[in-house]
Amino acid sequence: MSILINKNTRLLVQGITGNEGLFHSTQMLAYGTNLVAGVTPGKGGEWVLDGKVPVFDSVKLAKEATDANCAVIFVPARFAPDAMFEAADAGIPLIVCITEGVAVQDMMRVRNYLDQKNVRLVGPNCPGMLTPGESKVGIIPGNIAIPGNVGVVSRSGTLTYEVLYALKLVGMGASTCVGIGGDPVNGTNFIDVLEMFEHDPHTEKVVLIGEIGGSDEDKAAEFIASKMTKPVVSFIAGQTAPPGKRMGHAGAIIEGGAGTAEGKVKALEAAGVKVAKHPEEIPSLLK
Amino acid sequence: MKLHEYQSKTIFAKYGIPIPKGRVAATAVEAKHIAEELGGRVVVKSQVLVGGRGKAGGIKVAKSAAEAEQLAQQILAMEIKGLPVRKVLVDEAAAIEHEIYFAITNDRAAKKPVMIASAEGGMDIEEVAATKPEKIIKVHIDPLLGLRDYQSRDVAASIDLPREHWREFSRIAAGLWQAYLETDATLAEINPLVITKDKRLVALDGKMMIDDNALFRHADLNEMRDIDEEEPAETEARKYGLSYIKLDGNIGCMVNGAGLAMTSMDIVKLFGGSPANFLDIGGGAGSDKVSAAMKIILSDKNVKAVLFNIFGGITRCDEVARGILVAMDEVKPKVPMVVRLVGTNAEEGRKLLENAKMITAETLADAAQKAVQAAK
Repeated sequence: MSILINKNTRLLVQGITGNEGLFHSTQMLAYGTNLVAGVTPGKGGEWVLDGKVPVFDSVKLAKEATDANCAVIFVPARFAPDAMFEAADAGIPLIVCITEGVAVQDMMRVRNYLDQKNVRLVGPNCPGMLTPGESKVGIIPGNIAIPGNVGVVSRSGTLTYEVLYALKLVGMGASTCVGIGGDPVNGTNFIDVLEMFEHDPHTEKVVLIGEIGGSDEDKAAEFIASKMTKPVVSFIAGQTAPPGKRMGHAGAIIEGGAGTAEGKVKALEAAGVKVAKHPEEIPSLLK
Repeated sequence: MKLHEYQSKTIFAKYGIPIPKGRVAATAVEAKHIAEELGGRVVVKSQVLVGGRGKAGGIKVAKSAAEAEQLAQQILAMEIKGLPVRKVLVDEAAAIEHEIYFAITNDRAAKKPVMIASAEGGMDIEEVAATKPEKIIKVHIDPLLGLRDYQSRDVAASIDLPREHWREFSRIAAGLWQAYLETDATLAEINPLVITKDKRLVALDGKMMIDDNALFRHADLNEMRDIDEEEPAETEARKYGLSYIKLDGNIGCMVNGAGLAMTSMDIVKLFGGSPANFLDIGGGAGSDKVSAAMKIILSDKNVKAVLFNIFGGITRCDEVARGILVAMDEVKPKVPMVVRLVGTNAEEGRKLLENAKMITAETLADAAQKAVQAAK
């Protein structure tokens, strides 16, 4: 079992004929993901990936023809907000945006609109999700993880790969790995995923990978302390990052003292979470 | 991207927010001319992209044009928090009755823009936030609806602004919202917004930050970037789409992904070393980007060893290896290099580097320890 994606996920790729879209669609299909459609405006009617996947002009047409229930977005940053609105309006319940560099005001509009429609967004600026052995949605390399009972949730990309790989090297596998992305305004957050892992019968332990900035890790710590029964191990990146040359005071007023690695580690430890000194230490803390 | 006070206030004025009369000067003589034009008392304000200019002595009042020239001379010779002052803003001095703090920024937790105001404006607003949080008014704005007039009135009432100023305050709030929206700002701050002795509202100081990810639709704002205020290496890095921050240590780091880059720095420190930089080559970097990154790292004379940590996903390790070889050929570095390649095409990458006399590592911890050792 798993969360969010599994072998029943019917995936649609927005931007499937672009360089990155095509490369990663090939990888997802090879992994065994049930990739049912692609969307590129103006290329409807074509077939890609050796004639295995039909391309449509719009998400609406693709959904009508294939009953896709998840969309992954590989379009450039300036077009990504429109792609997210389009998928939501077409009735796709789960949208995963890989694209990096989406403007933050755009993301605030997208997030508030999607919330009203009750659509779940993962990302943007994220590696996507992997349920080993069943489905891969996004860019996490498939061969670095094996099926298992550890749920992994992370704000980072390549750092997540390190952790999956470190787990695999000692024979530990993942139920699902969710990369929620590192942007200031995103869709799914730590708490959403922790709650799903808590209720997933096949997830027995959870790894949470955070980093400096924002207060999501602190909120996750509160949630873990009050709601979670499953053990959580964590790593927080950025312990040595220098404080930026800040300008203006509004950020400090909004975030208060939150945001430092030290503060996050303290909050998590107080919630009973074992915090690793470096990512390769995580497997031993899970034992 | 941060904007200078004079740039921010120019934008404010475009959106109907009243600002003092004044202009920016690069020399003391220019400052004198501006003061003569303005007549009366003027304020000479250093233009550097850091806070605390007032406390550092970078803002001074002059009673005459001659004094303005003299003060400009002094201030233009200053360094504030390591940044040399290259320009001063010469503004007419205001007769201040009261100072208000007013800003619009992004509240990442609420996923909405937020309007922030306080009757206790001025330099110590952060202290107000820490000690008297009830004095800070926050009102969230629905990004799909925009600012509503009643919200501005509510804010005016909450900070006990006299009623005679409400209409003008709402106009300023609407202007600040439009400025924030149309420039893709992450911060639009007026501190202080003053009530003058002759009962006008004036934005005496302004700070704006623009979302770098939105600059593709703001070519005009992009031209306002002041590269004099950046590390030259950071400017160079941006040209290649690299994210680079110079630090004080001696171990250069080249990593793909921001989280992993920070982690690599953390581990270097954990094993007793000191990172010379943060450098994220991003996802899918080709060999040209990698060689540019390596030249930037080696341009820092403090670097005694370089650590490459690449976990290939989108990024292909063989491309990275090619970039390293190109850069080695051009720069001929004398410092030891530790390289760890894992993931997509790692085998091919390692083969390419076989003859390059680099120290190889298997794990992250192993790589960091070897780099720390090599830097000694």
